[in-house]
Amino acid sequence: MTMTNKDAFISIQNVDKYFGKFQAIDKISMDIGHGEFFSLLGSSGCGKTTLLRMLAGFETPTNGEIYIDGQPMSEVPPHYRPVNMVFQSYAIFPHLNVRDNIAYGLRKQRLSKMKKYEMVDEMLDLIKLPEYGDRKAHELSGGQRQRIALARALILKPKVLLLDEPLGALDKQLREQMQLELRALQRTVGITFVFVTHDQEEALTLSDRIAVMSGGTVLQTDTPTGLYEMPQNREVAAFIGTMNFFEAMVDRVEGDTLVLDAKGLGKVSTTKGQRTTTKGDRFELAIRPEKLKISDTKPTTGACVEGTLENAAYLGERSHYYVRVDGQDTPVAVSAQNQKRVISSDQNAHSVWLTWDDDALVLLNDA
Amino acid sequence: MTDTSTLSETGTPSKGASHLSRYFYKSPLSRGYGLLSPTLLLMTLGIVVPVCILLVMSFWTRQGFGFDTTFTTANYVKAFDQPIYMALMKRSLYVSAWATISTVLLAYPMAYYVAFHVHKNKMMWIVLMTLPFWTSYLLRVFAWKVVLGYEGVINSFLMGMGVIDAPLEFLLYSPTAVIVTLTHAWAAFAILPMYVSLEKIDKSLLEAATDLGDGPIWRFIRITLPLSMPGIISASFLIFIPTTGDYITPALLGGPDGMMIGNLIQLQFGAVNNWPMGASLSIILMLFIASIGLVFLFLTKLARERIS
Repeated sequence: MTMTNKDAFISIQNVDKYFGKFQAIDKISMDIGHGEFFSLLGSSGCGKTTLLRMLAGFETPTNGEIYIDGQPMSEVPPHYRPVNMVFQSYAIFPHLNVRDNIAYGLRKQRLSKMKKYEMVDEMLDLIKLPEYGDRKAHELSGGQRQRIALARALILKPKVLLLDEPLGALDKQLREQMQLELRALQRTVGITFVFVTHDQEEALTLSDRIAVMSGGTVLQTDTPTGLYEMPQNREVAAFIGTMNFFEAMVDRVEGDTLVLDAKGLGKVSTTKGQRTTTKGDRFELAIRPEKLKISDTKPTTGACVEGTLENAAYLGERSHYYVRVDGQDTPVAVSAQNQKRVISSDQNAHSVWLTWDDDALVLLNDA
Repeated sequence: MTDTSTLSETGTPSKGASHLSRYFYKSPLSRGYGLLSPTLLLMTLGIVVPVCILLVMSFWTRQGFGFDTTFTTANYVKAFDQPIYMALMKRSLYVSAWATISTVLLAYPMAYYVAFHVHKNKMMWIVLMTLPFWTSYLLRVFAWKVVLGYEGVINSFLMGMGVIDAPLEFLLYSPTAVIVTLTHAWAAFAILPMYVSLEKIDKSLLEAATDLGDGPIWRFIRITLPLSMPGIISASFLIFIPTTGDYITPALLGGPDGMMIGNLIQLQFGAVNNWPMGASLSIILMLFIASIGLVFLFLTKLARERIS
């Protein structure tokens, strides 16, 4: 048996999951640290919920093992695991009031009624619903249900809290408020959160680290900034935010600097990093829309390329421009802050210049 | 009925709408009663009126082949004074209580299985479970006669195996035989409402209960059972009410010890030709069932509060 990583609180090792012939999880290994806010991010069907349900014990891995706090979990049924879950539908028991819902899991602890009452009161304070103890489930709003589902799980002081898209059913404003509260709550209670979401913005806002999943595999595990600024492959780059892609070929290597010939951008240089490449190797180059600068006149310094403005969209705080450059099929997206007052947005096609910093370019691994 | 031309695309009545349709549009109550009215009419004619007739008749007395229509409580006094009536009433309630309990106990696992463990062709399973209902009630009762009879399936089998020397007599012509037959005959009525209430339970509630530390038994007691209670209650009523007054099964399988109040009522309206007495007994039976029903409802409500 392989030893688990000592720093890892949850260790997922070579886990496969088949539903019949369909492979939902394909050899996933990852470690999640103690007290970490860890997100599983991906579109529907990527296996993120299956992975979460395997942590909870509702699904068992076909192969591989999951360790929580050093203990192998494959033989442990869900009701004995040191984890609790907040369900997507919240699963508030409709025949019980708020107080009994929150106290539900305390049965095993054989506490006095007084003690239970106090613990529930504490939880009601924590979720800022102190007056709601006697309400029935059907008298609660979506946001309140969500908090009660949280309280019901947290009262058991689990080592890990699993959250299955808990904010998906809330409207935008409430969702943003709950994001902040959830993050603050996680810091207060200090336990490990594993959070499943398909909303990349939500994942970026909340998480310490994010695993981007697709087709049952993990594409990249990184911090929010790491994922956004330095995506390792095209899928991650395209999934998180917007990205412009360019085909590029190595022109020459100068020490740590790589000079590439990029279709649409011309000669560009970027750092080589750990790669071993030679002239003629093909890469894919990527750059975020907001890292491109657009101007009507040719900039005096730095790398630049001329293109034709095809389309512009005014969004208030910023504007989106779509610029056609030679050698690219799709127009290049540019996002610019409207720091100066925009008098009128010029929709007519005219020639513009794009410029960028060398370190804004991302070299993708899988071209 | 609905004149769509009077409704504009936004759903509000256009200017040309008549006063009546505008009234119906504005008042959800009147629309509700409008929808109910055919059923209400039928209920009034088919249930309320006959029950009123029965109630009035129960205060009459027999006089030869006609009725003495002077108001009297003589029938009720007689029903409570002469031990035969209350004895039969007690036995009816006893038999149908056991039939109800055993039907619910037998049907619940079946409904549970289809609701939680069958994922394909659920409807086919339900239809298969109601299959006994495709034969006539009488036929099913007779079938049990063959099974339970003196030389029936069970007795022949046991004697053939050498377990018993003489046929077991309690099998047929006894309250037990009536209970067994009623249980089988009414099973489908119990399965359907319980299946519906079990099927409605959100599966994530069960997972949540498990997640919060309950094993299968506790989860059943604390979540599944209380949430399927409406189904159990309606199944119990659906069986208890008609079986208490049943007279076919006791007549064919009950023997002298298995006679029930339904048989007596039938006799009053038939051979004995004392309709007022039959009416009084029917009313008494109804009151008994109603009060037992109320007590039952009260107890389940109490139990539910206790569980939570």
